[in-house]
Amino acid sequence: MYRYIRQTIPKIDLKAKVTGKARYGGDIKLHGMVYGKTVYSKYPHAKILNIDTSKADNFPGVVAVLTMKDVMGNNELFGGFHVLTGDKVRFIGDGIALVLAKDLKTAEKAQKLVEVEYEVLPSVFNIDEALAEDAPIIHDFAPGNIIPDSTHHLIKGDLEKGLAEADFIFERTYQTQFIEHAYIEPEAVVAIADAYEEMVTVYGSIQNPFSVRGAVADALGWSLNQVRIIPSVIGGTFGGKDEIASTLSARAAVAAVKLGRPVKIILSREESILESPKRHPYRFYYKVGVKKDGTITAMKSTVIAQGGGYNNKAQFTNWRAAIHTSGAYRIPNIYTEVFGVFTNTIHGGAMRGFSSPQTIFGQESLMDELAEELGFNPVEFRQINALRPGDTTPTSQPLGPGKIPAPLPEMIKKVAEQTEFVKRKEEFSRINEGPIKHGIGMALAMRGAGLGGEGLDATGANVMIQRDGSVVVRTGLTENGQGLKTAHSQIVAEALGISLERIIYPNVDTMTVPDGGPTVASRGTMIGGRALLKACEEIKQNLFKVAGEMLDCSSVELEIRDEKIFSINNPEQSLDYLKVVDQAVSIGVMLASLQWFSPGVANLDHHTNQGEAFPTYVWGVVVAEVEVDTETGKVEVTKVVSAHDVGTAVNPEAIKGQVYGGIVMAQGMGVLEEVEEEDGILKSKNLDEYLIPTSMDMPEMEVIIVETDDAFGPYGAKSIGEPATEIPAAAIANAITHATGQRIRYLPYNLERVLLGHKLTKKGVRP
Amino acid sequence: MKTIQLNLIINNQQYELQVDPNLRLLDLLREELDLLGTKEGCGVGECGACTVIMNGQTVNSCLVLAGQAQDAVIFTIEGIQGEGEELHPIQAAFIEKGAVQCGFCTPGMILSAKALLDHNPQPTVEEIKEGISGNLCRCTGYQQIIEAIQLAAEKMK
Repeated sequence: MYRYIRQTIPKIDLKAKVTGKARYGGDIKLHGMVYGKTVYSKYPHAKILNIDTSKADNFPGVVAVLTMKDVMGNNELFGGFHVLTGDKVRFIGDGIALVLAKDLKTAEKAQKLVEVEYEVLPSVFNIDEALAEDAPIIHDFAPGNIIPDSTHHLIKGDLEKGLAEADFIFERTYQTQFIEHAYIEPEAVVAIADAYEEMVTVYGSIQNPFSVRGAVADALGWSLNQVRIIPSVIGGTFGGKDEIASTLSARAAVAAVKLGRPVKIILSREESILESPKRHPYRFYYKVGVKKDGTITAMKSTVIAQGGGYNNKAQFTNWRAAIHTSGAYRIPNIYTEVFGVFTNTIHGGAMRGFSSPQTIFGQESLMDELAEELGFNPVEFRQINALRPGDTTPTSQPLGPGKIPAPLPEMIKKVAEQTEFVKRKEEFSRINEGPIKHGIGMALAMRGAGLGGEGLDATGANVMIQRDGSVVVRTGLTENGQGLKTAHSQIVAEALGISLERIIYPNVDTMTVPDGGPTVASRGTMIGGRALLKACEEIKQNLFKVAGEMLDCSSVELEIRDEKIFSINNPEQSLDYLKVVDQAVSIGVMLASLQWFSPGVANLDHHTNQGEAFPTYVWGVVVAEVEVDTETGKVEVTKVVSAHDVGTAVNPEAIKGQVYGGIVMAQGMGVLEEVEEEDGILKSKNLDEYLIPTSMDMPEMEVIIVETDDAFGPYGAKSIGEPATEIPAAAIANAITHATGQRIRYLPYNLERVLLGHKLTKKGVRP
Repeated sequence: MKTIQLNLIINNQQYELQVDPNLRLLDLLREELDLLGTKEGCGVGECGACTVIMNGQTVNSCLVLAGQAQDAVIFTIEGIQGEGEELHPIQAAFIEKGAVQCGFCTPGMILSAKALLDHNPQPTVEEIKEGISGNLCRCTGYQQIIEAIQLAAEKMK
């Protein structure tokens, strides 16, 4: 029986957030602070012939104008991004100069005075143009505009043999769009150079402090121990405040060191949408073989990601896409190839799901199409093909009791029953005669939990009991609003058997903990939690050693619960936690521990991606209902039921919060959102042109938490952040298709597409 | 630069200020008065992060010029806690229901909720949705925010 795990506990960091006292990057004000504004490119692809900063330099209130020449270290950051671009621009968000002024208004005025002379180059704006034979090359290091290291395969069984066994072969193509993270807080960073410590400190909207630290050190030509990153309270990130945080922090740090004054860069919403990464558009070419009885015998997929002008994520998102493109199905013969291309557009990066919302849209649209072609209902067809105990994953990892749990068949059954899927589908089909049509759709997925074979997964935790019994917890993982501090504190309180109220868990400070990797891949609870457990275990051993001496018994028979340390053999024999802490301090026993956890290097064949791609998986099934006005194309998402295997539900209400938010974010992807560009120029500039769902749009939502017996995570806990948002867009798309009877193979299913079957632009029809 | 004399009441405190008449109310609050709980998310009145209550109505403070706030009575997130700093029931309900994730929309969201409950103490779910429809949230999907406002309405009965 747990005291803190599987309990709904209010998040521990909310008081400052509801009183307006939480301080975000943009709230920082320091004495002598100057404000930086970036001058952006006017063209999506051009050579820079000259940069004239003289007018800006002489503008009253301007402190300095920096260009590439002022970057003392390496101007090129990971992924090819520049601190400031000097020779050639590759998209309209390229930063060319940084104007520094006494206040924001002055910086904004002087920003317009920097004169840049360009020689415009031919551009490529989409996948087809990037891959055309005579396409202009965006990066010299990327012939054919193929992003280096972005090609990945998954090869299982024998594709040709599988296709030959099929009764039918189907080919389908699907495509997704650029999506903006649209966190409500635009990016802000503040850099402070400390001449005495020979250090620079950066605060602000930073999701991944250790990668930002690397970028800042590179830009300055300094070592990592001279750079300190302390994220402020983060106003949403969803994967977004990563490379943009690196670029901005590097710019601010260079300026702060140069000027010896604190430097703040705060983006307007327009600048944020312009410069920050997006969700990659993906295109899927499927060829699939199916038998009359509905069994899939083989699947070939070619998957292309649109990277944009720069890239530092497609090599990773594409690896995940390679593992997941064939879905959560028992397909014996699979051949998947994924690669990414550069284009002179805004760029893809990490966004909650990390390619999975795209792959799931492709694969789950395909499943519905196959079911329809073969005369099965969507539930039956999925039940025939869903992975189950005894099967192996697409990477050949065994599923079943004592291995990786595979609850998918029961989850499909449960969700189908609870939503009366088959009955409602038939009912809707019957009543869909007027212009308002109803539809119901299903989608499902499995998701590799953590980083898996994408990169080494490892993180640290530092737990310290103070002499008054209070506890400090530090990790390298960030609180982004997802509830990491709360989940981690629950784990610590449970493991130490103490009150949660004793714990203080400050934001990350890269000076105080080892590089624990990024807060991504829904790894915070699962991987971070394991490191915390190890730290608590060591501290407990020390506490028990002291208590054993005090109680005159062996430390191995001791346990702690509700702040009482007692003997399991004789519970009467007990001591108060504080007494033992006091004694430990007085005899010099350390009650602190820094521990490290890593599942190790994945045992994986990188040519075929067969092997231990992930330590474990999570599973999800979503059903959506919609109402479509076929006279206007307007879609109402009326209801979404979302079931997720979380292993152990550490905090059920917090899990629900993740799922509700995930559903509505996915709804945006499904029916509303697309960052639009025309000839490389951004058309969706602010939140009046890029619409995200409001409270008036949200559907009725129901969350089904599924717990499975999974030995991997802390107390069996797994992931929910990304699983929550990866499936619903596909379910909504299937529901709309059911309502209208017209399959659209592009996201989003917005007004034009639903009404006309294609999208309208000024320049003509687009798919 | 020509300034104007601006008299107004913010969070029950009388202010007499000399300000640029084109200053946005948002900048007056954040930059001049250090009331940093009011946030800027878009600058064009779309996201609602800068919502404050002015003369009993919610406004996007990024769209209001300081000059327009002459003699106004304004409440920001810093002004709704009771005596002795105890949380307003809406604030307490937001914590209890987990209606906050990143928290950046939260001040504006709470002020919209307060203005709603001030005018309509027992709103329906549809009325709550409408009441917060000018406040974008990217984290929560709004569900627990609605539940929190219902809970606050119940407690404030």
